[in-house]
Amino acid sequence: MELFTEGDPIADTKAPTGPVEKRWETRRFEAKLVNPANRRKMTVIVVGTGLAGGSAAATLAEQGYHVKSYCYQDSPRRAHSIAAQGGINAAKNYRNDGDSVHRLFYDTVKGGDFRSRESNVHRLAEVSVNIIDQCVAQGVPFAREYGGLLDTRSFGGAQVQRTFYARGQTGQQLLLGAYQALERQIGLGNVEMNARHEMLELVIVDGKARGIVVRDLVTGEISTEMADAVVLASGGYGNVFYLSTNAKGCNVTATWRAHRKGAYFANPCYTQIHPTCIPVSGDHQSKLTLMSESLRNDGRVWVPKTKGDDRNPRDIPEDERDYYLERIYPSFGNLVPRDIASRAAKNVCDEGRGVGPTKLGVYLDFADAIDRLGRKAIEAKYGNLFEMYERITGEDPYEVPMRIYPAVHYTMGGLWVDYDLQSSIPGLFVIGEANFSDHGANRLGASALMQGLADGYFVLPTTIANYLASGGLEKVDASHPAAVEARTDVEDRIQRLLAVNGDRTVDSFHRELGQIMWEHCGMERSEAGLRKAIDEIRALREQFWQRVKVSGTGEELNQSLEKAGRVADFFELAELMCIDALHREESCGGHFRAEHQTPDGEAQRDDDRFAYVAAWEFTATGEPSVLHKEDLKFEYVHPTQRSYK
Amino acid sequence: MNLTLRIWRQKGPEDKGRMVTYPVDDVSPDMSFLEMLDVLNERLILAGEDPVAFDHDCREGICGMCGLMINGDAHGPQRGTTACQLHMRQFTDGETIDIEPWRASAFPVIKDLVVNRGAFDKIIAAGGYITAPTGSAPEAHSTPVAKANADAAFESAACIGCGACVAACPNGSGMLFTAAKLTQLSLLPQGQPERYTRVIGMVDAHDEAGFGGCTNAGECTPACPKGIPLNTIGRLNRDYLAATTKGAGNTPGA
Repeated sequence: MELFTEGDPIADTKAPTGPVEKRWETRRFEAKLVNPANRRKMTVIVVGTGLAGGSAAATLAEQGYHVKSYCYQDSPRRAHSIAAQGGINAAKNYRNDGDSVHRLFYDTVKGGDFRSRESNVHRLAEVSVNIIDQCVAQGVPFAREYGGLLDTRSFGGAQVQRTFYARGQTGQQLLLGAYQALERQIGLGNVEMNARHEMLELVIVDGKARGIVVRDLVTGEISTEMADAVVLASGGYGNVFYLSTNAKGCNVTATWRAHRKGAYFANPCYTQIHPTCIPVSGDHQSKLTLMSESLRNDGRVWVPKTKGDDRNPRDIPEDERDYYLERIYPSFGNLVPRDIASRAAKNVCDEGRGVGPTKLGVYLDFADAIDRLGRKAIEAKYGNLFEMYERITGEDPYEVPMRIYPAVHYTMGGLWVDYDLQSSIPGLFVIGEANFSDHGANRLGASALMQGLADGYFVLPTTIANYLASGGLEKVDASHPAAVEARTDVEDRIQRLLAVNGDRTVDSFHRELGQIMWEHCGMERSEAGLRKAIDEIRALREQFWQRVKVSGTGEELNQSLEKAGRVADFFELAELMCIDALHREESCGGHFRAEHQTPDGEAQRDDDRFAYVAAWEFTATGEPSVLHKEDLKFEYVHPTQRSYK
Repeated sequence: MNLTLRIWRQKGPEDKGRMVTYPVDDVSPDMSFLEMLDVLNERLILAGEDPVAFDHDCREGICGMCGLMINGDAHGPQRGTTACQLHMRQFTDGETIDIEPWRASAFPVIKDLVVNRGAFDKIIAAGGYITAPTGSAPEAHSTPVAKANADAAFESAACIGCGACVAACPNGSGMLFTAAKLTQLSLLPQGQPERYTRVIGMVDAHDEAGFGGCTNAGECTPACPKGIPLNTIGRLNRDYLAATTKGAGNTPGA
């Protein structure tokens, strides 16, 4: 059977034409407005309360819409944006070091390996400066200099210092800013907050997104919530790999349910693997912890030159060590971009030169930096990270080199959206990591926070108004046949999961799925591996529906049931990711195909064949998806080969 | 390691609840505390028993969702560490470990170790913000902030809202949580216009939610995984006094 079929290309992304720096202004002017008196009568559902969802819900409520907000956590403040460490980019050029909106735009398009839309990325760079103003006004305690002005640093290999930060907790502080704005609107009665609720289905009436079916995770009650528009801000799908830096609850269910109802899923194979995470310590491992990328500013990455060298790292003399990043990439050294550092670590481990009990690790050594700068200086810079490392591993990184290994961190793919952040289903908007739009095949450090807040504070509130003002929305309630059907589907699915009553836990399936994905759809993919993975995923999915054991009932707090529903959706997504990775016969950004590399082992793009967004349309479970191509045009940033040598 | 766990089991809000003993074997010292509970739960599920419900999400000490009383200590024996970051090497082979939910009247138990901390959100909704609707912000550099104030504001802003302070307090008070947010916002120039209405709103919401009063027992700061300082409560009291007795914020020029 064919793995997929090809459908019509996507002709129009609704981006205005004209000079790139005028397009967002044009869109804002052309967008229809909703009269303030009418906004009260309109309801918008926002699923997820991270940077994108929290900022969108707060802003829409400030504008006067009635907002219903949902999150699976016990409070909107806990969304996983909170864990972002490094910082947020903005083209403020406070350093006078040559930064500008155009440079941020250029760096982001190039960093995305020429697989993102110029119009979107330029808009992102434009509103980046407004984000910083907004957050400062909310009381976000950014790092400051002695003169009282905001401090910035260079991040992820950028040559300008455009990254604003709040120690190693930038995501936390930005999220709390959005959360507080949201709580203010909750207190004013403009937002109806539903914590511990999970969206399990999308309701479509007359071709438009008009509601969702949610499960109250405390009581198990299923309800149907209707609205004039639905916004998904439910984050990324990195947990398809089981082990990732995502929070345990992060899942694809909201976006996957929408995909099954007709929303295209774009570039699912674009995943970002972060090079500096604490290695796996055993089979019990439940998640992976990121160590900030900033460590590579002073740490040197190495492995022994000889295979199987088990000596204590301090006993391995200098000339028997391979500082492989410095050797292969002399001009960028330890600061090469994430995808390159990750793959290099994998290569040395594949050669049998990995370190630590599992041999899946490389050293990140601070001995030279401590000699040069003194222990105190290193403590001041990285003290909290070193403590965290010691807490998890029981090893003191001042004395022995850290061990690190790459881990899944972020997913650039997501639901396809047009310039207005509207999916292929009218009335369904998708923002933040949940959409695919701005990072192309690789996201730059400190750009996820920027995109989440750009979408939520500034872009969506403008574009959704245009949709709502366009009218044509009949009044519907939960008794509409389409809503009743969606609800029945949810109830049936829960009963099906509970009825299997097999002999394997949900986690054991999830772990096995994750291993397949990591092995074949991780840092390096090949045709043979991906084909094998597709077969294995299908077989395992069948097993899941025959052998999974979910305890308890649907009418109570049941964490085993919650996980089962999420893993069931991950199975379907995993297959699509592999098909997407298989069809993209090139290497670009986070997608590295073994068959497509330059003679010296670097990613080989194929712009003639693959300079497009792959937007997949769902047909039926196990049936071939339909590929719709959106061609990418580069008028301002001309594709070049990325080189860091 | 082989351990004996004594875990609080409670089917729902109406159930009386009780401690139940579970032996667990082959615990690796490299496991996190929650991974050890995962292992127990896998076993319970396969045995057809109800797994232990507990809250958790990021498992890297920042989301604030986990919270367990471990041998009577909020988040367990290691200071500055959330339960999810606590590792089993902190315990010894053969040990018996008591695991209970946060216990406070403002945090009712939902099931087993899961409690409802919605009262914290209500305190924030009652004033724990700066009113700055999107789009209204002035240029970020128009108001410099002294570094010492910015740093101290950050220190208080590091609160993760886990509720350990409440669980550790003999009065079940949420004062450290409330004071942390008040301190952050009152140290910043942007927070001044609402400074005194904020303190009254938040303290009233705190009391209405059923938290106890602060009697300076000082148990909260040592239990706090982020080390929020106790002197934030002094700041809260000072602002509260100014707001209630002197009418600060309502009198022009005062």
